[in-house]
Amino acid sequence: MNILIKNGRVVDPANGYDGVQDVFIANGKIESLGTEPAGFTAELTIDASDQWVMPGFVDLSASLREPGYEHKATIASESKAAVSAGYTAVCCLPDTTPVLDTPSVAQLILDKAEEAGYAKVLPFGALTVGLEGHTLSEMFALKKAGCVAVSQAPKNNINSQVLRRALQYAKTHDLLVVLKPEDVLIKDRGCVHEGAISSRLGLAGIPVSAETVAIAQLIQLAEETGARVHLTGISSAKAVSMLARAQFANIAMTADVHAHQLHLTELDVGTFDANYHVSPPLRSASDRDALLAGVVEGILSVSSGHQPHEAEAKQAPFPSTEPGISSLETVLPLMLKLVDEKLLSLSQLVSSLAHGPSEILGLETGCLSVGAPADICIVKAKETWQIDEKNWLSRGMNTPYLGHQMKGRVTYTLVNGRLVFGK
Amino acid sequence: MSSSKQPASTSFKAPDSSRLQLDEQGRLRHFLTVESLSKDILTEIMDVAESFSSVGHQAVKKVPVLRGKTIVNLFFENSTRTRTTFDLAAKRLSADVINLNIATSATSKGESILDTIRNLEAMHADMFVVRHSDSGAAHFIANNVEPHVSVINAGDGSHAHPTQAMLDMFTIRQVKKDFSNLNVAIIGDILHSRVARSQIQALNTLGVKDIRVIAPRTLLPSDVGSLGAHAYGDLRQGLDNVDVIIMLRLQRERMGSALLPSEHEYFECFGLTEEKLAYAKPDVTVMHPGPINRGVEMDAAVADGAHSVILQQVTNGIAVRMAVMTLTLGHSKVAG
Repeated sequence: MNILIKNGRVVDPANGYDGVQDVFIANGKIESLGTEPAGFTAELTIDASDQWVMPGFVDLSASLREPGYEHKATIASESKAAVSAGYTAVCCLPDTTPVLDTPSVAQLILDKAEEAGYAKVLPFGALTVGLEGHTLSEMFALKKAGCVAVSQAPKNNINSQVLRRALQYAKTHDLLVVLKPEDVLIKDRGCVHEGAISSRLGLAGIPVSAETVAIAQLIQLAEETGARVHLTGISSAKAVSMLARAQFANIAMTADVHAHQLHLTELDVGTFDANYHVSPPLRSASDRDALLAGVVEGILSVSSGHQPHEAEAKQAPFPSTEPGISSLETVLPLMLKLVDEKLLSLSQLVSSLAHGPSEILGLETGCLSVGAPADICIVKAKETWQIDEKNWLSRGMNTPYLGHQMKGRVTYTLVNGRLVFGK
Repeated sequence: MSSSKQPASTSFKAPDSSRLQLDEQGRLRHFLTVESLSKDILTEIMDVAESFSSVGHQAVKKVPVLRGKTIVNLFFENSTRTRTTFDLAAKRLSADVINLNIATSATSKGESILDTIRNLEAMHADMFVVRHSDSGAAHFIANNVEPHVSVINAGDGSHAHPTQAMLDMFTIRQVKKDFSNLNVAIIGDILHSRVARSQIQALNTLGVKDIRVIAPRTLLPSDVGSLGAHAYGDLRQGLDNVDVIIMLRLQRERMGSALLPSEHEYFECFGLTEEKLAYAKPDVTVMHPGPINRGVEMDAAVADGAHSVILQQVTNGIAVRMAVMTLTLGHSKVAG
């Protein structure tokens, strides 16, 4: 279908472009920008006056819960939520049941995503069989089946010997390895940042060293093996500076931060509010500010860390609740809030949500270049909306932002030139 | 980055404990934590406890204050001592008491806490006395009970044990009369101690200016200062000029998890003996929430010696629990 997006402000940092321009789409790709191609007839024209036209966002970390946890969410429900929030591609973690450690599970996920017809779902295959941390998974087979990376996330239960060999083996097949930097022994039974809140509420703390010790190890192993390593969900100021130094030394290491980590701190846990029980934990205000600085400086991409849950998962005493926020639908308004507050530029926003993640994954999306797949979202920045059950598509209502007014909403989303969301 | 200073938090604050614990008139509705309660409320608890102190000495050890009320002791974690004193306190107030040991009943069959609570509410319980191994369990239950039901925290994880703290305050008041000029030291596993957290909060609220915690670094919370206490790793320095020493119980599992080398070394560094008692003031008072590991936390000679008020604490435990039950169920006038 030929689609014309008219009069929108096109924000495309990958090409250094920011200005009002028409976008012409044909055969699922961006056919032209500004000038109408010869013989082009639009079958659908979208008037994007006063709106922003951006490359669709690519999420580096989401649990879609299918197969195995359909009482929490499904690929259909979450990929629909994703496109409503501007995402055109979502990477899913291998923590399903059965674990995503065989081509057949990868195929099942890809089939479900295609059947649903919303966002592209990009599976991360398990790094080890059953995510148990002992035996390497058949990474070559997983890659052939469509996995864009291999990952041990959301766990990090793997010893240094297996980890080193897994990185060597992944390097052989040129596979990106996505890891959650967390020393599980230091973390132990921790459920909040070790600091004021853990001291006051008597909750087991997770010290910053649980993250930095794991990162220090990974930097050495990434350098030695030459494997490409992506750290998903970092939470501390120290991690940002370690990563900056590693990148400066040309070690192939990238990282992302969950969008809510740029806003919330340990104090938001308040008096045992389980909606703020997340992994990694919310840390101090200075950690939060350093994470934002990392995004501004291009050291970090931004991911959702989407963890949808059924209501019962949060209805227990704090340490017994399941960690995680259903976050796909709040990422854009949270990032736009930073733009509103002039803490982040619009092009930095697009880089961190679209171009950066695409580059990490080696995709041709994340930009609005002529010839690129037409994965696009259109945003009405000034529209305000309230987070409530009517306005929410994820099956998980576990968000601390329930009842909040948010500013900035997606009006249209296109995946491969096909309108998958439009109001 | 120069432009970034303070991205405003976008979150709602969770309701703080005072809003949950107090009713619209500012009276105690639940008793979950000492934190955020005023000096007046803590004093009222001790005053009401004082008025109940004589009940145990009467021929008929009962007052009709809570006649017709149903109190459920809901123990998700095993306890003999605390449950017994709550049981006795409720019976002396003429309430009907049910003791449920959930550690060996419903939830082990997979029933959720909420389902347990709903079932007991359907039986018209008026009060839950809750003990649970998770920090925050009493808050969770208080957030989920019907408006007429009161919740008393009998110990949640490492978070709070407010009735224990108040019986300790009541005992200190009996012995020392005034809090404002006291130096108080708490010795032992502060990190895992719900008793210590509640004591530190109560001592601060009641005006104690010098609160010390004495322990190895492995058994201290990371941010002791924010609790309003000073940390000492040396017993002699920590006990200097102290009026009250509160010992904490040491759990055996601390050795297994590499927090301490041995009971022997712990006793050598932090155990209380008659010689070490001499570092403190001559009229120092020694307390312990019980049960004592003799020879680990303290010598038998100290536990049974002239400075010890350990059995007085046990007696006071019943009066303080009677006071808290009475106040939360709204009968303070009858009691006073």
